[in-house]
Amino acid sequence: MNTALLNIHALRQTFPRADGGELLVLDGIDLELAQGQIVGLLGRTGSGKSTLLRSIAGLMPPSSGTITYLGQPVVAPAPGIAMVFQGFALFPWLTVLENVQLGLEALGLPEVEIRKRALAAIDLIGLDGYESAYPRELSGGMRQRVGFARALVVHPNILLMDEPFSALDVLTAETLRTDFLELWGDGKLPIKGVVLVTHNIEEAVLMCDRILLFSANPGRIIREIAVDLKQPRNRLDPRFHDLVEKIYVAMTARTPAPPRIGTAAATVATTIDTILPRVSANLLSGFLEALAAEPYNGKADLPVIADELHLEVDDLFPVSDALQLLHLVEVEGGDIKLTDIGKQFVEAGTDDRKKIFQRQLLSYVPLAAHIRRVLQERANHVAPKSRFFDELEDHMSTEDAEQTLRSVTAWARYAEAFAYDDDSQTFSLENPT
Amino acid sequence: MRLSVPISVGGWGRFFSRWDVLAVLLILGLLVFLAEASRHLLQPLSELQRRPVSLDPANLPEYAARTTLRMLIAMALSLIFTFTYATLAAKNKRAERLLVPLLDILQSVPILGFISITVVFFMALAPGRVLGAEFAAIFAIFTSQAWNMAFSFYQSLRTVPTELVEASRNFRLSPWMSFWRVDVPFAMPQLIWNMMMSMSGSWFFVVASEAISVGNTTITLPGVGSYIALAIEHRDLTAVGYAIATMLIVILIYDQLLFRTLVAWADRFRFEQEPGALPPHSWVFDVLRRSRLIDRLTRPFAVLWRRLLLARWPERADPAKREAPASRHPWITFQWTAIVAGLAAFALWQVGHFITQDITLADVATALLLGLATLSRIVVLIALASVIWVPIGVWVGTRPQVANLVQPVAQFLAAFPANLLFPIVVSAIVALKLDPDIWLSPLMILGTQWYILFNVVAGAGAIPAELRAAAVNFRVRGWLWWRRIALPAVLPYYVTGAITASGGSWNASIVAEVASWGNEHLEAHGLGAYIARETEAGDFHRIVLGIAIMSLFVVVINRTFWRPLYLYAERKFRLG
Repeated sequence: MNTALLNIHALRQTFPRADGGELLVLDGIDLELAQGQIVGLLGRTGSGKSTLLRSIAGLMPPSSGTITYLGQPVVAPAPGIAMVFQGFALFPWLTVLENVQLGLEALGLPEVEIRKRALAAIDLIGLDGYESAYPRELSGGMRQRVGFARALVVHPNILLMDEPFSALDVLTAETLRTDFLELWGDGKLPIKGVVLVTHNIEEAVLMCDRILLFSANPGRIIREIAVDLKQPRNRLDPRFHDLVEKIYVAMTARTPAPPRIGTAAATVATTIDTILPRVSANLLSGFLEALAAEPYNGKADLPVIADELHLEVDDLFPVSDALQLLHLVEVEGGDIKLTDIGKQFVEAGTDDRKKIFQRQLLSYVPLAAHIRRVLQERANHVAPKSRFFDELEDHMSTEDAEQTLRSVTAWARYAEAFAYDDDSQTFSLENPT
Repeated sequence: MRLSVPISVGGWGRFFSRWDVLAVLLILGLLVFLAEASRHLLQPLSELQRRPVSLDPANLPEYAARTTLRMLIAMALSLIFTFTYATLAAKNKRAERLLVPLLDILQSVPILGFISITVVFFMALAPGRVLGAEFAAIFAIFTSQAWNMAFSFYQSLRTVPTELVEASRNFRLSPWMSFWRVDVPFAMPQLIWNMMMSMSGSWFFVVASEAISVGNTTITLPGVGSYIALAIEHRDLTAVGYAIATMLIVILIYDQLLFRTLVAWADRFRFEQEPGALPPHSWVFDVLRRSRLIDRLTRPFAVLWRRLLLARWPERADPAKREAPASRHPWITFQWTAIVAGLAAFALWQVGHFITQDITLADVATALLLGLATLSRIVVLIALASVIWVPIGVWVGTRPQVANLVQPVAQFLAAFPANLLFPIVVSAIVALKLDPDIWLSPLMILGTQWYILFNVVAGAGAIPAELRAAAVNFRVRGWLWWRRIALPAVLPYYVTGAITASGGSWNASIVAEVASWGNEHLEAHGLGAYIARETEAGDFHRIVLGIAIMSLFVVVINRTFWRPLYLYAERKFRLG
């Protein structure tokens, strides 16, 4: 148990940016995967956890730092590291059997051996009888089983899982998780360690021995949490609940990290180039209403309200971030609380809500204020989108810039702060009358 | 299934990059090089041994077989070209920058004008003269098939889903294996569709390439094309009828034996299945699949193929490393730059030498003016064809049963060479004393208008049932329905079809602006007629000038009109 399968030291990943600069995605990552461990990477969108997984898979050579697998540096896909994909990544023109055999064929094994091992893996993962089916004939759950069989058949030492259950419905995901954990617990799987990327906190607590929490933009490990509950774990166990709570608190805590972070935790230092979360104004007011109503009355435990409203972490955090950014709620110690203005907002009618939202938007979202100021300064009150897009692109990736502009546009439309015409790709002060 | 856009639509931004300029230069250089070479080769070949083609219909099966063979060989060459050229363009960033503009310019070169040059060139290359002419004909057919196939394959390779690429790398498939196991299957449905289109389109070139005279050299290869040419020369209407019947039969055989089978087979490669769409059927495919004999016969090949797939090739650098910025390999960058610069310099020298030889500014002006004449014809014709075919296409497309009947008919009509209508058109124009400048024009769009219909039918069929139901529910009818629902929904498809139609019409103008029936010759004023006339005169300088000007027109129109329109339609009206 004391030999590490995988060692990552001071890993940094950067992507080239359109203007020739570099975008930092992962910074200062240290990680060790011991034999017999499942390590979870937990973070919000943009925290680079998928990038880390792809780096381990050898799909992206490190920009700096090292990844060592069994003493060898990983710069290309290594034998013995197999991956299970979020979208299954099955080849639709190959049958279940052919999909499973693919990795073995690439190893150049004799055909008899390929057939034998593939059938064994199919048997192990519960796909008997489906050998000649094409992926499109299978349900999501069965497809992901093929994904697992295909990864396991090459007898990898490390199994990488990229949100493997997130494209499945709740029940199917639960069955698949349980089946996997059972096989893992019984030592029936030919693997020695697992790295799991997830944005589902309960899933992480359910499956992992260690959970690494990531901050976003750039991705850094902010905390490591050990889970020493015995398998099979029970969601109703108070210790399970405590761990979930603890992770929520950690993930919403104000980080002492550098200020330019797209999370509400850093509202203090929000600037024009803050990446804005992609949330609709409708969802924001809906969440505020739910928070103001019974049984919360303006204050709620984050995991509880998330569960109640069926929001996954990836849905919940953008909402809480945006609301916090607009000073409509406060988040502290895993609790979310309406501010006075938030209360006013909930009690107001449609028109007043828009006024309040506009005031908050222009006061606390510098980008919105900036766009409005530019529009006011111009004689015709019109400015092209590209003007602001280029400005944002100097500080963030193209996708983030696109998302940020979309968010600010959506909020400004709700607040009637300014208008945007997609045909001419221009912002203007005039709303159609 | 929808055609892929036949031009590069990389993005907004500038109309022309320096890579485009380079591509133009290289192609122009090649043209000039071939023309120069051919000009000197023309004299010794003054009289080619002619194999008489006879109008006896008993010969038609043999002619049809020969023509078919030429088309199939050209198709095989096109596939090889597609797999190599498009793969290189898609996988190698450095090559991509040159290869894509090159392809874009290449496909706007009117091949019909180019045939004369290649004929002489290939005949000089080949030891036996008939073989040389065969090469030239096959090359002409190849050039009519290859470009859009390569484009479609390139576009498919660029859109292979990231997860599939990552999975194939994660399981360490060799580049060879992932090409055949991932790239080719993914591109297959779109590629087969383009092969069908190419096959239809190449009939036009068969007729033009089997019987051709350049200056004093006349080449006649036995085939359906030369049969048609002879029938027109002899004013034999019955023979024209036989030729049409033969073509119809050959196209039907192609469709049933080859393409339907391919489409049914390729269905498994479709990446996403539209719900409710029935899988395509082919009786040939069913027979092949169920027959034990066939199974036994093909098994050795299947095993061989499998072995070949699994072959271990020497380990190559990981793709991730190939993606590395070019600056990391200064030596390779230098070599690459040197090669490109060398080629460009050679092309520039060729073109420069060529221009100073014989062409005057007045020649260029004439060609440009004639180009404008042809352009105005094409604009009017595309507009007319749109007015006619868009409403019909929408009507057909929203009725799946009708669409199933119309598609094969339109496909046959798309293959119909304009020459076959010469008898009727020429007789009518002469009898009614009509103006050839106007009345020859419809021939230009005869074969290409169908692309508009194809695409509009596909577009109308793709309007979601829910949207149509909503329209009915809100009682949106009449003009409002067309304006708000039907036309916007088919616009991206229409533009794709219109790009193909307009490109094809330029090419067709070389055949269509000059028509003859026996000894009646009619000529319209236009760039197509100019190229045709200079071809007959064997004036290679002016052929090249005509081709260059025509390519210029096509490229400029594609870049300044069609590309922005396509991007706009794609952004605004793409459903789902």
